[in-house]
Amino acid sequence: MSQRVLMKGNEALAEAAIRAGCRYFFGYPITPQTELAAYMAKRLPKIDGCFLQAESEIAAINMVLGASAAGARVMTSSSSPGISLKTEGISYMVGSDLPALIINVQRGGPGLGGIQPSQADYWQATKAPGHGDLHILVFAPDSVQEMVDTVANAFALADEYRMPAMILADGMLGQMMEPVTLPEECGVTLPEKSWATNGHAGDARNIANSLYIDAVELESLVRARFARYAEIEEKHSQHEAYALEDAEVVVTAYGASARVAKAAVREARAKGIKAGLLRPITLWPFPKKAYEDAAKTAKSFLCVEMSMGQMVDDVRLAVGGKRPVAFYGRTGGIIPTPAEVLGEIEKQAGGTE
Amino acid sequence: MSENRDLNAVLAGFGGQGILFMGKAIAYAGLLDGREVSWLPSYGPEMRGGTANCSVCISDEQIGCPLVTEPDALIVMNRPSFEKFVSTVKPGGTVVVESSIISAKVERGDVSVYYVPATTLAEQHGLNGLANIILMGKLLEATGFSAMETMEKTMEKIVPAKKAHLIPKNIEALQLGAAY
Repeated sequence: MSQRVLMKGNEALAEAAIRAGCRYFFGYPITPQTELAAYMAKRLPKIDGCFLQAESEIAAINMVLGASAAGARVMTSSSSPGISLKTEGISYMVGSDLPALIINVQRGGPGLGGIQPSQADYWQATKAPGHGDLHILVFAPDSVQEMVDTVANAFALADEYRMPAMILADGMLGQMMEPVTLPEECGVTLPEKSWATNGHAGDARNIANSLYIDAVELESLVRARFARYAEIEEKHSQHEAYALEDAEVVVTAYGASARVAKAAVREARAKGIKAGLLRPITLWPFPKKAYEDAAKTAKSFLCVEMSMGQMVDDVRLAVGGKRPVAFYGRTGGIIPTPAEVLGEIEKQAGGTE
Repeated sequence: MSENRDLNAVLAGFGGQGILFMGKAIAYAGLLDGREVSWLPSYGPEMRGGTANCSVCISDEQIGCPLVTEPDALIVMNRPSFEKFVSTVKPGGTVVVESSIISAKVERGDVSVYYVPATTLAEQHGLNGLANIILMGKLLEATGFSAMETMEKTMEKIVPAKKAHLIPKNIEALQLGAAY
C-alpha cells in the first residue's frame, strides 16, 4: 500500500496517467488546467515519453489521433474553450475507432468565458463532443483520489471499446490539493492492438480512416458502434448512492457540485430531513437505472449543477415523469454553497410533507 | 475521532507573503494527523491584482466543500483581505491579524481576535520573511487544529531541500507566534 500524499488535482491526474502507462501527451496551455501539462513536460522526457506543446488545440488533438492510430496510449488535456477546438478531432477519432484520454478541466463559458470552476460543458461532453452519431465515455470524479482512480479505468475502457474517453473535471478539482494514494507503478501491460497502423510488412494493411463515401457502409459502421454503446450502457455505468435508502428528497449532482451537495445532505440529515445524494460517476453512460430505482421511494429530486441546468434533462428522462425534478445552479464560475443547497432541500422537504 | 479540532480556514494577503505556503503547511499537518484535508488556492486575475488567498479544511469526515465561504478561522496579512474576509467569519471563530501591516481593528464582538505584529517580530528575531509562519503559530495555538510537534514535523517535510537550513528558523517562528 503506498503512502497518502498531498497533491494538486491537475498534477495527480498527470501522475496517474503516467502510472497507467501513458507516455505521450500533446496539448496547448490553458487555465485552469496548465499544471497537468507542466507536470507531463517535466516527467515524460525522463521516462522515454514524449511531451509536445502543439501550436494549437486542433494540432494537439490531431497528434493524439496519430499516436493513437499507431497504437500508443496517449492523452491530451485542456479547458472548455480548448475542448471546443478539439471537437473536430474527437469526432474523427470516434469515426476511426481510436482510443485516447481527454481531460476537460472546465471553466466558465460560453466563449472565452472566465477561468473559475464550472460545469457548463455537460451538454458538449455527453451529447455532442463532436459532429455525427457518436458518444464518448465521460467520467465525472468528485475528488482528487477518484480522479486518480478513474484514469487507468478510462484508458482501459477506451482501449476495450476503441473510443475516446473524457474525464470531465473542473477548475476546483484541478486546482485543489487533497490527500491521495497513488497506484503502484508496476509495469502496465498495454492491450494488444492488432488494428494499429504501426507497420505490418507483408500482412494486410491497417488503415485509420473516418471517410466512408458509401452510405450503406457508413450506416452499418455507425450501427455497429451503437451496438457497442448499448453494451457499455448495460455494463459500465457507475454511480454513488449516499443516504438514499429512505431518502424523500434525492439530491443529484456530479463532480465538484456533488461535494457541495453531499455537505448539504449531511446538514439536512442533522436537521431530521430525509435527504440523500445520487451521484453519477459516469455521465455517459448515464446511470439511468439508479434514478429509476430512487424514483420508487423518493418524493422529489433536486439537481444541483455549476451551470444553468444541463444534466437536469437527463435526470428528468431517467425519472420518467414519476417524480418532480427541481433544479438549483450557479454559473459563470460561481460554486454554490452548502447553505444555498440546504435551503433548496428544505424547500423540497416542505413541499412534499 | 481525532483529538484535534476541525478547521475551515481562509488565509489571505498579498502575493509573496507566503499565503499559499502557509495553507499547504496547515493541510500537511492534517495529513500527518491522518485526517481528511483540502487546500484550494485562488487563481488567475485575483492573484495578478496582488492579493492571494486560499481555503484550507481539516476534518475527520470527507471535506464537503473545499471552498470556504464562512471560515471558522481567518489569517489576514493585508488591508484589502481584512476588509473582504473579517465579516465572513462564523460567530465564535478566530481571526489572526498581521497588525504591523493592518492598523484597523475588528469591530465585531462575536469572534476571538489576535493582533500579531508578525513582520516586526520577524525582524526583531532575525526571522525575516517568516511573518506568515509566526501567524500560523498563533492560529495553531488559538484553535488547536493540530499539535505543535506535528507542525514542527510538517516544517521538516515541506520546506524545500534547497532551504533545509531554514527549518530551525521556521520552527522558531512557529513557537514565537504561538507564545505571543
